[in-house]
Amino acid sequence: MTLTKGDRARRSHVPAAGTEHAAAVERAQREMLHEGSSTVSVRTAEHGTRPRIGADVVCEALLRQGVDVMFSYPGGVILPLYDVLGDYPGLRHVLVRHEQGGAHAADGYARATGKVGVCMGTSGPGATNLVTGIGTAMLDSIPIVAITGNVPSALIGKDAFQEIDINGITLPMTKHNYLVRDANELPRVIAEAFHIARTGRPGPVHIDITKDALQQATQAVHPSDDEVIAGLPGFRPTIEGNYKQLKLAAAEIAAAERPVILAGHGVLHAGAEEDLQAFAEKINAPVAWTLLGVGALDERHPLAYGFMGMHGWKHVNRAIQSADLLFAVGMRFDDRVTGNVRTYAPYARIVHVDIDPAEIGKNVAVEVPIVGDAKRVLGAMLGMVEPVPAERRAAYFEQLTEWRRDSEGSSWHGSGAWRDGDLSADYVVQRIGELTRHEGIYVGDVGQNQMWLARYAGFRHPNTHLSSGGLGTMGYAVPAAMGAALGVPERETWAIVGDGGFQMTSQELMTLVQDEIPVKIALFDNKKLGMIRQWQEIIYAGNYHSAHLLGPDYLKLAEAYGIPSMKASTPAEVDDAIRFAQDVKGPALVWFEIAGEQNVFPMMPAGKGLSDLIEEWGTAE
Amino acid sequence: MTAEAQPAQGAPAHVAPPARALPGGGQQQLHRLVAIVVDRPGVLNRVSSLMRARNFNIDSLAVSRTDREGFSRMTISLHGDDVAVEQAAKQLYRLIDVLKVQDVTAEPTVEHELALVKVRVTEGNRAEMLKLVELARGRVLDVATEAVIAEVSGTEAEVDAFVGLVRSFGIKELVRTGAVVMARGSGSIEEAVKR
Repeated sequence: MTLTKGDRARRSHVPAAGTEHAAAVERAQREMLHEGSSTVSVRTAEHGTRPRIGADVVCEALLRQGVDVMFSYPGGVILPLYDVLGDYPGLRHVLVRHEQGGAHAADGYARATGKVGVCMGTSGPGATNLVTGIGTAMLDSIPIVAITGNVPSALIGKDAFQEIDINGITLPMTKHNYLVRDANELPRVIAEAFHIARTGRPGPVHIDITKDALQQATQAVHPSDDEVIAGLPGFRPTIEGNYKQLKLAAAEIAAAERPVILAGHGVLHAGAEEDLQAFAEKINAPVAWTLLGVGALDERHPLAYGFMGMHGWKHVNRAIQSADLLFAVGMRFDDRVTGNVRTYAPYARIVHVDIDPAEIGKNVAVEVPIVGDAKRVLGAMLGMVEPVPAERRAAYFEQLTEWRRDSEGSSWHGSGAWRDGDLSADYVVQRIGELTRHEGIYVGDVGQNQMWLARYAGFRHPNTHLSSGGLGTMGYAVPAAMGAALGVPERETWAIVGDGGFQMTSQELMTLVQDEIPVKIALFDNKKLGMIRQWQEIIYAGNYHSAHLLGPDYLKLAEAYGIPSMKASTPAEVDDAIRFAQDVKGPALVWFEIAGEQNVFPMMPAGKGLSDLIEEWGTAE
Repeated sequence: MTAEAQPAQGAPAHVAPPARALPGGGQQQLHRLVAIVVDRPGVLNRVSSLMRARNFNIDSLAVSRTDREGFSRMTISLHGDDVAVEQAAKQLYRLIDVLKVQDVTAEPTVEHELALVKVRVTEGNRAEMLKLVELARGRVLDVATEAVIAEVSGTEAEVDAFVGLVRSFGIKELVRTGAVVMARGSGSIEEAVKR
């Protein structure tokens, strides 16, 4: 059919009256205006007899997946789900104050527990608010399932109230996503979503469900695990390392004189901490870790060498730059780790172990690629390598020890006082670690506080350091700590957050109060966007545009929320403030007024190499 | 400031460290990827979105059903060096709906593309045009007073050649399907997809 201009003027998208389509649109429009319950989801006095609808299927499926808590915010089109939530007391529902907080909380829950975190929001703004949290989870490979409601399927594409193409938005930033318009698909889709989120390289999965699908009566049956796997022929992650490649890696290790093991997040995802330690001990090689690899090895272990990269320890970066073999496991040679790739580890051959083949050879060319799960590969390697006696590494370890002595002494304010006696942030982080006996969960925000945390808190256990590494999401700490605290109540959860990040998501303070979530907030207030200020000082010739940041009186703010709080401005007050927060039963806030112009050193300026660390600057340190 | 450039430790001081080779940087050439994907709504969007987001530039993309129900086949033509194209293939594998990806560039294949060209003609040169179509083993699908539509098919190079040949007549419209390729011999990518 040819469409001429005249025709087009007369045509509209209104379906012809009397057709099935027209009836569906009319019904949907009526429901949009009248957000209340529709005929199918009416709750009767004895609700056991009401028909089972899509919303019930969602709740059943979540329970089948072992979900015990979810973080969400209601809205028009997802109300059918809230209408039945009360019938499933096993599902704890935390009402967040903003959907971004919900997504971060699901993320924090997932990182701390290793289970899949769940967050929910409504269509339109509810869904777009989730996006930052989904992106954070994507870049750090965190298994979360995000559920959103959408407008009734007959209205999709019509720019209905609170309609946005959220499926199109999350498509490039999820491991997989779904749009469900038929309740009969819900059991399969939800089971698939959880399977995909936690299997292989973990990641976020988004499920968008239309309102009519939530309301639709259904008899759909939940699939078995085998049926789920059979239904995903394109999803078969490689778990076991290829034997030939393992042999090659063993040969590289046998030949290496100055090996360094680079441990990343994949070690934690795989639960391979013990295998890593056994492997490192057998081949007598130091272990360096990425930001998300913190906790892969107890920092007290003699082979635990330290945190690498842009703000990593100088001795660690020196070891990498002089290494003749890098054995990288579960990390992806991010630019914050390598700096300029051309000058990165110039003498090293590289063995790269990752469960995602796309990560191997993406950022650096490697000599021995091994696709597989960190635990399986390290376990297999353990049986294939010859033990290396300490004597063979004597000179190497002497050098490593010397570098470490040299590096740990610098850029460190163990006295607690920085210039003019102002409170030094690294000291505060160290004391939080010590006073909690390194047994807590520590959730960093983004920027200087994040680096101080990774460097100075002292980590003993896996999954106790939570940080938005890949996306670098400011505002992450408080909501993520909320999820972590609910997931692992036996550990004390601390949010380490700057005044910039805190002001981005501080609305969740009320969630902490309402749901009695005992998060301890260490607010690092330098009245600056500290890392911005640091970059402007060093890279932008001191042009401090927008680095100065006002904040409220945080004691009054906390009081208004009903959260006990205390302020510390000098080194002498630090311990009392930390102990105060520990003694509070529920959430507590400690306001640390730290030095305004302290920098995190060493620092590798972006684009430079690991050998180009700045260790001090002007008279600042 | 002391942005010190340290000599690399552990190595003889007089030896300048060699620059680490970056992945890729090899010879750029046209690659053909054949992908078998699950036939679901949105799968084309997933593939094209991924290629865009990862900075791969698709020359052409042809999609169709296969003989196996529920599976589609994509022929993706893109320029890049071997490493970049391998990375593209690996990224494609991350999509849940992608079952199999094969770079058939180096393999013996048959390749075909179809084009429709609406060419401007006059009373004077129509006969010449028809002759050219015949020589190119094409077909004339429509004849109007001032234009003809020619259908030609063949390898990309053959279609290019015909289009170049008739350009002097004046091309009013051109549509090309993009190349589809199939590896020669008895092997089958469809059979290689395990259910």
